[in-house]
Amino acid sequence: MTDASQNAGPMLAADGTPLKQSLARSLRRQKLRALMLVAPLLLFVMFSFIVPIASMLFRSVENSMVSDTLPLTVEALQSWDSQSGELPDEAVYDAFVRDMVVAIDNKEHTRLGSRLNYEETGMSSLFRKSGRKLKKLDPETDGPFKEQLIEIHEGWGKPNTWAVIKTHSPAVTNGYFLNAVDMRRTPEGAQSQPEDKQILIKLFGRTLFMSLVITGACILLAYPVSYLLATLPMRVSNLLMILVLLPFWTSLLVRTSAWKVMLQQQGVINETLVWLGLVADDARLVIINNQIGTITAMTHILLPFMILPMYSVMQTIPPTYTRAAKSMGATNWTTFWRIYFPQSIPGIGAGSILVFILSIGYYITPEIVGGTKGVFISNRIAYHISSSLNWGLAAALGTILLGVVMLLYWVYDKIVGIDNVKLG
Amino acid sequence: MKPTKTLLTAAALATAAGAVSAEEMTIVSWGGAYSKSQLKAYHEPYSEKSGITILNDDSSAEAVAKLRAMNEAGNITWDVVDVVAADAIRLCDEGLAMEIDPDTMLAPAPDGTSAADDFGDLLVSDCFIPQIVYSTTFGYRTDLVGDTPPSDVCAVFDLETYPGKRSLEKRAINNMEWALICDGVAKDDVYDVLATPEGQDQALAKLGTIKDNVVWWSAGADTPQLLADGEIIMGSTYNGRLFSVIEEQKQPVAMLWDAQIFDLDGWIIPAGLSEERQQRALDYIMFATDTQRLADQAKYISYGPARASSAPLVGQHADLGIDMAPHMPTDPENAKNTFLYNYEFWADYRDDIEAKFQAWLAQ
Amino acid sequence: MAALTPISRKPMSMVLPSVALAGAFAGIFVGAGNGSILLGILAGAVLIAGLAWVYINVLKNEKLARWINILGFGIIGFLMSGPMGGVLGLLGGWFFIFFIYWLYEGRYRRKLLSYLTPKQVFYHYLFRVICGAIFVFLITPILVVLPLSFNAQDFFTFTPEMLRLDPEGFSLKHYRDFFTNNEWQRSFKNSLIIAPIATIISVSLGTLAAIGLSQSHVPGRRAIMGILISPMIVPLIISATGMFFFYSDIGRFLEGTLGMNKNFVGYVKVVLAHAVLGIPFVIITVTATLVGFDRSLTRAAANMGAGPVRTFFKIQMPLILPGVISGGLFAFITSFDEVVVVLFVGSASQKTLPWQMFTGLREQISPTILAVATILVVLSIALLTTVELLRRRSERLRGLSPA
Repeated sequence: MTDASQNAGPMLAADGTPLKQSLARSLRRQKLRALMLVAPLLLFVMFSFIVPIASMLFRSVENSMVSDTLPLTVEALQSWDSQSGELPDEAVYDAFVRDMVVAIDNKEHTRLGSRLNYEETGMSSLFRKSGRKLKKLDPETDGPFKEQLIEIHEGWGKPNTWAVIKTHSPAVTNGYFLNAVDMRRTPEGAQSQPEDKQILIKLFGRTLFMSLVITGACILLAYPVSYLLATLPMRVSNLLMILVLLPFWTSLLVRTSAWKVMLQQQGVINETLVWLGLVADDARLVIINNQIGTITAMTHILLPFMILPMYSVMQTIPPTYTRAAKSMGATNWTTFWRIYFPQSIPGIGAGSILVFILSIGYYITPEIVGGTKGVFISNRIAYHISSSLNWGLAAALGTILLGVVMLLYWVYDKIVGIDNVKLG
Repeated sequence: MKPTKTLLTAAALATAAGAVSAEEMTIVSWGGAYSKSQLKAYHEPYSEKSGITILNDDSSAEAVAKLRAMNEAGNITWDVVDVVAADAIRLCDEGLAMEIDPDTMLAPAPDGTSAADDFGDLLVSDCFIPQIVYSTTFGYRTDLVGDTPPSDVCAVFDLETYPGKRSLEKRAINNMEWALICDGVAKDDVYDVLATPEGQDQALAKLGTIKDNVVWWSAGADTPQLLADGEIIMGSTYNGRLFSVIEEQKQPVAMLWDAQIFDLDGWIIPAGLSEERQQRALDYIMFATDTQRLADQAKYISYGPARASSAPLVGQHADLGIDMAPHMPTDPENAKNTFLYNYEFWADYRDDIEAKFQAWLAQ
Repeated sequence: MAALTPISRKPMSMVLPSVALAGAFAGIFVGAGNGSILLGILAGAVLIAGLAWVYINVLKNEKLARWINILGFGIIGFLMSGPMGGVLGLLGGWFFIFFIYWLYEGRYRRKLLSYLTPKQVFYHYLFRVICGAIFVFLITPILVVLPLSFNAQDFFTFTPEMLRLDPEGFSLKHYRDFFTNNEWQRSFKNSLIIAPIATIISVSLGTLAAIGLSQSHVPGRRAIMGILISPMIVPLIISATGMFFFYSDIGRFLEGTLGMNKNFVGYVKVVLAHAVLGIPFVIITVTATLVGFDRSLTRAAANMGAGPVRTFFKIQMPLILPGVISGGLFAFITSFDEVVVVLFVGSASQKTLPWQMFTGLREQISPTILAVATILVVLSIALLTTVELLRRRSERLRGLSPA
């Protein structure tokens, strides 16, 4: 063989081209075909999902509002040293009044006040109150303004007010990310939030902890059931499968309200326990509006997502292996632990990652059964999006959450491989 | 192959749907019995008169966030929006709502009084067209309070006499006022105290005494459901919801008319609508806020009409046949100890206090 | 497993203590309800063991014993605490008589391998009981909440009338509401339009992409996979707001530049958004099926002259169909049960069923959502049962015994 190839030069394919070249071409064609198959979906997802999400997340650093609304003031503040402890000079006040008159006309000053209020409580009322009086000033004739402004609201006589404006004037900011980890942007650099505003790190921790508990509970409950389903004869297991699929098919909202009916103080569980006399009427279990409520309801809601992948993996484990182990004298426990369990790990992995990722981003169920103690970081994101309208902070929180999930995804891919995820 | 086919099917379906109702407008409201009262009193007669199909979107609770997003995206899908006065002020301040001239855009009263006079003080913002007056107050379970039913609002803070859970709205507004009133602050001074950081801390401290016994609600349906379940002993909600629980659903519930917070609800038209849609919205508003229409709404729900000229026309409940006037928050008997909501204060301080309150809640 | 293990009667020394234990356990609850747990345990143990002894040694007639026991327990339960107690009594009576004879006749060994030790038998049944409890956990909330759809009141509460099984407390008005109320009908119709179309888009694109991804030598495979799975990973509320802005632009373009109907554009937006959300499920299930796919089959087909398209539809498709179907089901459910994104992306004319349910929960108290849920549950049970029956039938026709 070696002789022949040496003698005849490069090996040739049927059409006379060198084999190497021909193979390379066919490989290229294969690659191209594979890419062609993936391309439509990839483009679709990139275009209609990745781009919108990226632009949403970009809001976490975007901060053009201050410099857009108060362009002259921001420029005038450049020369002022915010740490001097002194008030800026008349030029700044003059620029500010000019900016404000325009902003009030465009109805932008209250939004700016809300924006700055995220950083320093009190800014919103300062802008709104002053806005009504500033409206009447004419920047050309009514100056100088320093005294007048301080007269209008004492807030303008505090260096801190101007420092806040200056600190948050750059068009790109890390302020929202600092806020997201209970810090804040100050003239002296990043600092911790005051004690009473430090809640987000705790919420992140709670979200991770509760998601882990939920995932753990799902593993514990799903394993025996999946094992049973995988070992029973098909006709029985398919019927039992209905019991798993039924909750899965039932609307999430219905299941959540079902848990509300179950868990309330006057709910089904408590009523039954009281009726049976296991619990005194005045000592009913508190199992809703706290972490227990969230964990119970979410374990139930996410359990099918654990059972289905586990079941499909366990179905492929040949029963002959365990029988072989037993025939060679292994005890029940050894057979399970050394033979069966290792083969079922991909199912556990797939289910866990699915349940964990889904639970970390949930917010409707915790909102309804979680009270104030059992809510997740997603509830905070939802609050900032629909109530406080602090979209920058919501985006920053979302970015961090996404980062955590991506990290997990990467770790999972390294350990188990994403191909091994099976869903029924 | 498949997607194109389905898209074509979808196109066929959608155009078919579109062809039936060429002219339609989306009206946003609160849902439930309230939307139903609007449907009966405004939408149905208006559709009959104009031939316009009205689509309901029950998203008023998120109106500010959504309008802001729509405005930013330049894609406003709403034509008329029902909001509380505080939200209307905010939307107006931010240029998200259109300014209304009451004299040209609203119908005068039958006796010729101009709309501006007919609505009077209730026109709290340039963009706001008042529709109803309502109160936020407390309902309690008559079977759980024992022999001494509560008679004043401070029962909420009295865990000794009325042990059990109570429900409060998951926001600062109203709760802070009640907390201060029950902490010994005179009614007239409440907003002065609340303007100071110390006053805010005082209110939060008072709320802190019952924090462990509070179920926080965020949707209007929550308190009535909790009351019906016996899950709470008392809870705050809108007086119309309580009316429905007591009179329509016959639950063992009674309500307090003490320090109830008197507030307004009404329409705004989003800014930035096309000329044609704006005309349609104004035409609807002109129709739906005239004297008779406002009085008609009171047949279905116990909220008072916002026009002075509508008050004498308030009749009986459409189904139950009981007189509605005694159930209105405007009835003199009920309004003896009303607490007036200060719009300007909350417009100014809402962001400040709300941020503080939410942080306190999450602690 | 199929082989019957010969069974034999068990000695009383094993039956009596076991049933006494079960009786004692039940006695805990009855005792607690009536004052003394300890007394309940004792009474339960003695009562059940005594009954077992009487039935087996004196009565010696299983059928008669069964009726006596069931009715007896039912009547006692009724006398002690009304209709609910009666129902519980009947169930308890049925269980105990079954349990006594199950043990006594040795029926519990009938379906087990004959060489199992008693300990293994015990663990076998313990395991079954644990699994049973988990199934109960899965299904109870749904079974509990469905009867509330017949509530005569507008609350999610079991009224005293309902607990007394008084017909006064029940009504079909929420079902009437669902079938006559425009809002519910419209949203149901919208869901039936949006979910299937979104599913078809995500299944067709997703299957193609999964096939592409499963081939060897795909450059940047991991990254592509990550991107395609991302809709499942990003928290929904972030996706919803992000998509809102994006789809508003798309909508403006379609309406303004292409002059499309506003309603139609609305549907396109929601369908596309839901299609994106369904894609990860399709990708995951189909790739998983393809992992075990024998590539030589396609090569054989190509060898015999079939083109790629023909190979796909005749060889590959039938084999990966289960994966495609289950992916499709996930995608369908994702769209059919999705509320956060549609609240942002859709407008009132695209209101879907979950959206309507969401307002039904938030702004108005309406057990109509339970009526809808009941209807859907009954439909899906019917569907699942039909599928299972068809499967059995085709197995029978093909002459296969059930695996």
